[in-house]
Amino acid sequence: MSDPLGEPVGRDFDGHALLELQRLSKFFGNVIALQNITTSVQAGEVTCVLGDNGAGKSTFIKILAGVHSHDEGRFLMEGKETRFHSPRDAKAAGVATVYQDLAMAPLMSIWRNFFLGSEPTTWLGTIDIKKAKRVAIEEMAKMGIEVRDPEQPVGTLSGGERQSVAIARAVYFGAKVLILDEPTAALGVRQSGVVLRYIVAARDRGLGVIFITHNPHHAYPVGDRFLILKRGASLGNFAKSEITRDELTQMMSGGAELEALSHEIASLRA
Amino acid sequence: MTTTVVPAIPKAPTDERVARSSPLMRLLIRPEFGALAGAVVVWLLFAWQAGGVWLSWQGTATYVDVSAKYGLTALAIALLMIGGEFDLSSGVMTGTTGMFAGLFAVNSGMHVVLALVLSLVLAVAIGVINGVMVVKSRLPSFIVTLGTFFALQGFNLWLTQRVTGLTNVTGIDAASGYELGRRLFASTMFHIGRAEFSISLLWFVAMAVLGSWVLMRTKVGNWIFAVGGNRDAARMVGVPASATKVGLFVAVAVCGWVHGMVVLFETSRSNVIEGVGQEFYFIIAAVLGGCLLTGGFGSVVGAAFGCLILGMTRQGIPLAGWDPNLNFLFLGAILLAAAFANEAIRRWASTAGRPSQRKIEEAAHDAAVEQDVIAATGDGGGDE
Repeated sequence: MSDPLGEPVGRDFDGHALLELQRLSKFFGNVIALQNITTSVQAGEVTCVLGDNGAGKSTFIKILAGVHSHDEGRFLMEGKETRFHSPRDAKAAGVATVYQDLAMAPLMSIWRNFFLGSEPTTWLGTIDIKKAKRVAIEEMAKMGIEVRDPEQPVGTLSGGERQSVAIARAVYFGAKVLILDEPTAALGVRQSGVVLRYIVAARDRGLGVIFITHNPHHAYPVGDRFLILKRGASLGNFAKSEITRDELTQMMSGGAELEALSHEIASLRA
Repeated sequence: MTTTVVPAIPKAPTDERVARSSPLMRLLIRPEFGALAGAVVVWLLFAWQAGGVWLSWQGTATYVDVSAKYGLTALAIALLMIGGEFDLSSGVMTGTTGMFAGLFAVNSGMHVVLALVLSLVLAVAIGVINGVMVVKSRLPSFIVTLGTFFALQGFNLWLTQRVTGLTNVTGIDAASGYELGRRLFASTMFHIGRAEFSISLLWFVAMAVLGSWVLMRTKVGNWIFAVGGNRDAARMVGVPASATKVGLFVAVAVCGWVHGMVVLFETSRSNVIEGVGQEFYFIIAAVLGGCLLTGGFGSVVGAAFGCLILGMTRQGIPLAGWDPNLNFLFLGAILLAAAFANEAIRRWASTAGRPSQRKIEEAAHDAAVEQDVIAATGDGGGDE
């Protein structure tokens, strides 16, 4: 999974990244939501976007997901300049976003949620339930989850498993770039591990994954590239070989603030 | 530069599986199960209390007929509730459609077929108006349809009094084409001995089959569950959420029209406030059938059993020689029992095996603090 910087792993034959942002900016009135953001994601790689609350992560997601349009800079999909005008545009271009709330109805079964909005039909116009159940089981198995009963309500799954249903669904319906919005935010340590595993699984299936998080300890093990945001600006866009876990943690939290915290804690212990 | 190690990711995903449901549990949480069990209990209760009359074909025909009439509207209400909405104007629709058909056929002298078609068109229009108002305003349908309910009731009283001087329309049995209408909506379907089973039973069964088929087997059914269960999610994955909801209101209005026609042709008159008050019975039937007030869960077949419970209660109490006022007490009690059972199922289905939200937050908080400390103190308290 670790690839040296600049190697053509995951690049298409023209050498284009799957998705690339060059000096992208977004303004809301006179508020600068994002300024001069540059990063990219390759097929089969994970780009992590880190930032504290208010860093601009959600604006970043919304631009990629087609909810907002950028105001300045270039947005390239497979080398071609692009602008999404709606979430539908983004979806059609193969950019799928898995939001924190996962866009699922908890009381509906796994297979009903999996195919919601894109139900396979028989020649009679009814849902091909057999096929829907089979595909749901197969696709979940590819993510490493064994589904015994596709009739099980999604609400009875664990947090990590529900993430994986959402990811598997996005992959099955043709996503090339998968954006995961804080998938580990509400999860405990163990469940977070499960989700990280799915991120790796999606990456290994050749998707470009954009993993939004505020936790460098979740980002570093799975990431190939790291974009750090603070108050709408980029603190850097690093390949893995350019940054260590400690540096990432420091940058992410602001070194000085952490040092102050460390002193505070040390004095508490004394 | 250290090589990457994915830390301690569990290798056995099956361990993560929770809430493996037993076959018994799966039977119990089926939305129609509670209603079926309830119907059996109520039947047994009146078989014991009312005795032979209850068991006779004639007794059976009466409660089945009453149940079927509730069901004409209640089954559509069940679908609407699964889709996350209410319709309090569903009761007054019986009188409204009956009034329109009656006025068209009697006072305007139209052929009954034309009167039927026109009143159906008006019913669809009322359904569309209800649906569009709810979808566009995003107000609770409870308040929107309460408004339509009162508005329609007032309009009906005003219109009939202006046209006929009374609050009802009579004389449809003299209109041309009456026989066709009577056959469609008010004829006897079959006899068993002296017991008559009316054609409303056929409408009821047909609606239950069609409604259940749509809900369980078609795309639209999937959308109905989804717009009730998580409307924004449904919209995000491309479900036409607004159209689905408006369609449900139209379905309720159309079923209300069938109900109105049955009453009109059975009694040959239409009282404009016919059906007022019944909207609550429809909701009770749907809740007994396992429909959640919050939407996203329920069953049409369950609601049909719910109608049977309503019908049996209404006919059984006088037959058993109880005070008829106990009807309300009885219905209230079983409604509460059903609502509590539904809520328990909903909680199970949406939280089983998962730690509570508070526990999740605590764990996330603990983990974050732990990591900050590790980061701040350099690999786990190295500054000690």
